[in-house]
Amino acid sequence: MPTRIVIFGGGVGGTLTANLLARKLRNDDVELTVADRTGKHVYQPGWLYIPFGQEQQRNLVRNERTLLDKRVNLVIDDFSRIDLENRRIVADSGTALSYDFLVIATGSRNNLEEVPGLAEGGHHFYAADAAERLGKALKEFDSGRIIVGVGGLPHRCPPAVLEFTLILDAELRKQKKRDHVELLYTYPIGRVFTIESVAEFVTPILEERAIKYETFFNLDSVDPEKRQIESLEGTTFDYDLLVMVPPHRGADVITLSQIGDEQGWVPTERNTLLMKGNERVFVIGDATDLPVSKSGSAAHFQAKIVAERLEAAVTGRPLDDGDYKGHVMCFLETGNEQATSLNFDYDNPPEPPKPSRIYHYEKMLFNKTYWYIVPRGLV
Amino acid sequence: MEQVAIDKEVDARGSFCPGPLMELMRTVKTAPVGSTIAVLSSDPGSNKDIPVWVAKARYELVGVFEEAGYTRFVIRKAH
Repeated sequence: MPTRIVIFGGGVGGTLTANLLARKLRNDDVELTVADRTGKHVYQPGWLYIPFGQEQQRNLVRNERTLLDKRVNLVIDDFSRIDLENRRIVADSGTALSYDFLVIATGSRNNLEEVPGLAEGGHHFYAADAAERLGKALKEFDSGRIIVGVGGLPHRCPPAVLEFTLILDAELRKQKKRDHVELLYTYPIGRVFTIESVAEFVTPILEERAIKYETFFNLDSVDPEKRQIESLEGTTFDYDLLVMVPPHRGADVITLSQIGDEQGWVPTERNTLLMKGNERVFVIGDATDLPVSKSGSAAHFQAKIVAERLEAAVTGRPLDDGDYKGHVMCFLETGNEQATSLNFDYDNPPEPPKPSRIYHYEKMLFNKTYWYIVPRGLV
Repeated sequence: MEQVAIDKEVDARGSFCPGPLMELMRTVKTAPVGSTIAVLSSDPGSNKDIPVWVAKARYELVGVFEEAGYTRFVIRKAH
């Protein structure tokens, strides 16, 4: 009887895990199934560029089936419960998938409702439709104060809010609007980014470009009528256009299954990527409670570890190393077609090199070739 | 050891800067005004960033207690 591996979630991490396993394991050893609620694979890092007219929603979606190895089954259904006791995941329709091993790759979701007034009063680029609406608002915006900030930690792709701010500054300058626009950046902790070395790198860039910043600003409420935001610390600001990264939560299915923490993240062993207290369930990507970026990059590196560990479990082959060490590698756009790179792990913080066009074009190239190289495990 | 009654305790040991501060912020956000919160941190960075944030937010730092291998910060949500 083949080992049944169910991979719940068809994003970067889930798709790559499935394809790597299809390549590593023989058909009679294993039955591989990706379970997904939509069957659509979305390249979320592309949303950053939509408000600036540099990317379009339709380029960022593919059918999951076209990205999966043909030896992997794809089941699309409204899976709403993970039943650890009976080792299965269950959909509202009654469909149930039993597993010997499960990989939870269910991602995260925006939770705008957590901040009163945010949905009505603010824009964001953490969904394709919202990014398009923001693009329209920016087009019509000529003068006043734009506030860009973070409405809650943790959130997906942490550098994206800095990238957005710096690209926005550059675009406003190109459009000769910058003299009439005040840019204010807000961040919840006592510096402009969670990682100290990145904060030290970016702060002078913000200052050089006359972008004001307010740290220790934990968004508490938005008043859409008065166009005002207030923080937990008691600071208020007026705005003409508000761009706030929404607070994030783990997928609903995690909360409904009562297997996550208060925010819906699954407690995960930091090196093995096993769900804490469960030897048959791995967790990757945004779904974990690990102190690493909620990003496709983290999911990408984690998928390789989980595939290696599952291969060892199925074949009995010894593990070469098989430990995740917190590796993340991503780019940070600094505007004017320049970028830097962030390469780090649990023990080594990033040391961003001087921004250059090379990193920007590397990022562009990666964005365009993602569909051909990442899900197939070519990088 | 302090004699203050703790309404909620957050164990952030093992998470690194700014993890314990973020855990505290998250807890304070939903805690009722007047409640007392304790956060446990094993990260030396917390000795600086937690008191700075508490002062900025004008909450009350009831006490900082060194325990075996970690620090216990007690905060009152004053407003």
